[in-house]
Amino acid sequence: MTALCVEHLCVRLGGRAVIDDLSLEVDAGEFLVLLGPSGCGKSTLLHTVAGLQESAAGRILIDGVDRTWSDPKDRNIGMVFQSYALYPTMTVEGNMSFGLRARGLASAAVRERVRRVAELLQLGSLLRRRPAQLSGGQRQRVAIGRALVRDAGLFLLDEPLSNLDAGLRATLRRELKLLHQRLGATMVHVTHDQVEALTLATRLAVMHGGRIQQLGPPAEVYARPANRYVAGFVGSPGMNFLDGTFATRGGTPQFRSAGLVLDLGAYRYCGPPPQEGESIVLGVRPEQLRQGGAPDGAPLAQGTVALVEPLGGHEVVWFDCAGVTLAAVSREARGFRSGDTAHFHVDPATVSLFSPGSGERR
Amino acid sequence: MKSYLSRAHLALLPMAFTALLCYLGATLWSIRISLSSSRTFPVHDFVGLAQYRRLFANERWLHSLANLGIYGALFVLACLLLGFVLAVLIEREVRAAGALRVVFLYPYAMSFIATGLAWQWLLNPQFGIQEAVRRWGFPHFQFDWLVDQDRALYTIVIATVWQAAGLVMAILLAGLRGIDPDIWSAARLEGVPAWRLYMSVIVPMLAAPFATAALLLLTAVAKLYDAVVAMTQGGPGTASEVPAKFIMDHLFGRANIALASAGATVLVLTALAVLAPLFYARARAARLRA
Amino acid sequence: MSAAAPTIARGAGRRHRPRWYADPGRLGLLALLVSAALCFLLPLYVMGLTSLKSMEEIRQGALLSLPAQPTLAAWRAAWSGACTGVACEGVSAGFWNSVLIVVPSTLIAIALGALNGYVLACWRARGAQLLFALLMVGAFLPLQVMIYPLVRLLAPLHLVGTLPGIVLVHVIFSMPIMTLLFRNYYMALPRELFLAARLDGAGFARIFLQLMLPMSLPMLAVAAIMQATGVWNDYLLGLVFAGREHLPMTVQLNNLVNTTTGTRLYNIDMAATILTALVPLGIYVLSGRWFVRGIAAGALKG
Repeated sequence: MTALCVEHLCVRLGGRAVIDDLSLEVDAGEFLVLLGPSGCGKSTLLHTVAGLQESAAGRILIDGVDRTWSDPKDRNIGMVFQSYALYPTMTVEGNMSFGLRARGLASAAVRERVRRVAELLQLGSLLRRRPAQLSGGQRQRVAIGRALVRDAGLFLLDEPLSNLDAGLRATLRRELKLLHQRLGATMVHVTHDQVEALTLATRLAVMHGGRIQQLGPPAEVYARPANRYVAGFVGSPGMNFLDGTFATRGGTPQFRSAGLVLDLGAYRYCGPPPQEGESIVLGVRPEQLRQGGAPDGAPLAQGTVALVEPLGGHEVVWFDCAGVTLAAVSREARGFRSGDTAHFHVDPATVSLFSPGSGERR
Repeated sequence: MKSYLSRAHLALLPMAFTALLCYLGATLWSIRISLSSSRTFPVHDFVGLAQYRRLFANERWLHSLANLGIYGALFVLACLLLGFVLAVLIEREVRAAGALRVVFLYPYAMSFIATGLAWQWLLNPQFGIQEAVRRWGFPHFQFDWLVDQDRALYTIVIATVWQAAGLVMAILLAGLRGIDPDIWSAARLEGVPAWRLYMSVIVPMLAAPFATAALLLLTAVAKLYDAVVAMTQGGPGTASEVPAKFIMDHLFGRANIALASAGATVLVLTALAVLAPLFYARARAARLRA
Repeated sequence: MSAAAPTIARGAGRRHRPRWYADPGRLGLLALLVSAALCFLLPLYVMGLTSLKSMEEIRQGALLSLPAQPTLAAWRAAWSGACTGVACEGVSAGFWNSVLIVVPSTLIAIALGALNGYVLACWRARGAQLLFALLMVGAFLPLQVMIYPLVRLLAPLHLVGTLPGIVLVHVIFSMPIMTLLFRNYYMALPRELFLAARLDGAGFARIFLQLMLPMSLPMLAVAAIMQATGVWNDYLLGLVFAGREHLPMTVQLNNLVNTTTGTRLYNIDMAATILTALVPLGIYVLSGRWFVRGIAAGALKG
């Protein structure tokens, strides 16, 4: 049963098409993350699903019912806003109960719901406080609590962690994930932070220019990005890209470039393999550049180390390989220094091939 | 560094002159005069609170105080209410906001004298609204408040509310625009009806602008003079007499500066007593909002 | 894609874009606004109509009707012929008096306001905060408590009834709001600018004249607008301090309307009122958002 179904949605803001023919399905119990940079339309999509923004074309179905023109309050959704939008003059309890009271729910039922959610989110001791007396993380939990008391079928979260500092963000990220596991609710989460996206999502949608570039489980988006944009956006440090040619040598398809030659026998193509002599772009994740030679002994890439960034648990080695700067990540300190010569090999099953023009995966 | 600081101190002279001499000094001197028996010119004797006793035995003064109380309450409430309604209406109907703002705020650009004279004409029993409505077919329509002993004060309320409501509207509009738009979205989502949102959330959030507006309005109430001079000259009789006018008349017309100064002192003390809690309320509201 | 076609439950959701004019709440709102706007425009409208009618027409008492034969005679009389107390020169004399009062008092007041704001915001001079607090309290006091002592103070200096005197008095009484405007404005600027200039060796006057003032052009405009309007519209101070030769337009207007003996010439009264209100109204209409900015700056942060 699809909790949310977006069909060919178009949204225009100020004459500009912010969302262009976007279709999306979210199953019940999923945690879908919309990932993208500012201005890609992810927040607009969320607001349109919530009914706070009008669409120019397309349909929105929530639990199988067409809600394209329904009032936000009739859509059975809860929403957490980026700025939390807590009512500043009310206590935490007031904030969580206001919507229910305004709609005429009996006060006993209201109290019960608030108590249950407060317990779930560990807000019990804060019920009498006002938002101004709460920390950022506490306010965020109250905002989530306000959405949860609605007992809705679908929860929308608009960059709820963006206003927090890094350490708090990581803690609340984990709390959010635990919450989802406990409740089993359907959640749609918007963020520009790819770490958040990868850790929280059951499925991940990368957005750019009003369209979904790739939709799939985080592991797949990470390992097999659908185009060069997704490949560059997800993962840090970003994927290394090398321009080269697709050529056959001795019956084996190969990627040939000045600094690296790679056998592509083990590579899984998306469609038909590239033509002989076609220009192609190779994408290699930094952690896939392993130090030393391949299992058969021959090193495939060699270069001069330019910079080493030690990060405690791992280090990033930037080296220059025939004019192209590549990044390699490794768990152990290799003792490289600027100017050293380094050798790396890469497993062809883990790389990605892209067309130079369109950026599409091959 | 030292020389620069002394230049800063030098630059403070105008403020010092104004604050210490013109404000504080003048006020203290007025109080001093009120404790004397000065009539046309200051006399440096000391008669204790005699002038105050005379003041509160003076019919005209007592009437002016009562008038000011009634006027103040009506004026402030009407301005706050009307200003709030206008601000809410404009905020929801953004289309003609600029033009509407001009319409509601232009009276504030007019002087009290002009306002008073305009409304004096409008409320003229012979040629104003009363006559106009009568000619439309309501021959017994009565709107001669201007010359009615019991109602003259209300005409001043009408005129000054017309003038000041726009100011309250501007202040509250600025406050409304400072409210996080996501609050509206959250309320929409929760299904909170608009009136409930205004009552329970928006109005409390506007506590600081409301207090500011009330502060400015109350200040104007204490200073009410020009409009009365223009509209009714305090009449008919003393029906619309106000303390500021009483003071001015006794300072210059009736040549009793001690009595006038006593009145001024009472006015100042009343003003401070009313304004101080408002200042406190404003500061507290600002802290809550943060 | 889902296998089953989506159900559209009866009544569970609207199928069409809601039409704006069908919303009763919206219509009621518009109606309220329009009627309020008409009420607010009524006095101006009536004043204008009356000023263009002849006295006979006015005596017929149709307040809202358009003039049968609009004429500017009342305006001419109001400007140059009507009697304001002793002289019968219309309010034109008052007009020029007001101009002579407004211009210097505006220039001096905003200059001092900027200076005060600069000292308060940038320099931690001892006693400055106390003076400012006193200034602000004084702003809320009714003027009547300070008028008489001020007269006694300025009389021996031969400043009562003179142009410099009235300008000085206006500067004195507008100092709180002017100082407040500039103090808040300068405090909102990053302090690093000031500190960088100090580091470069600039002194008190140089920082003010070459750094702060050029950056405060918007606030100078706002302050000038508020001051000019306020001074033009003043009555009390002009009455007491301006002296017979320099009576501002507001005082002359009141004399014209309220102290005539004999029959009241309402059309002239209205024309004179509009003439007096014309300058501040003009400033307001032309300055648009700057006027509102002034209100917001003074009111919200004060």
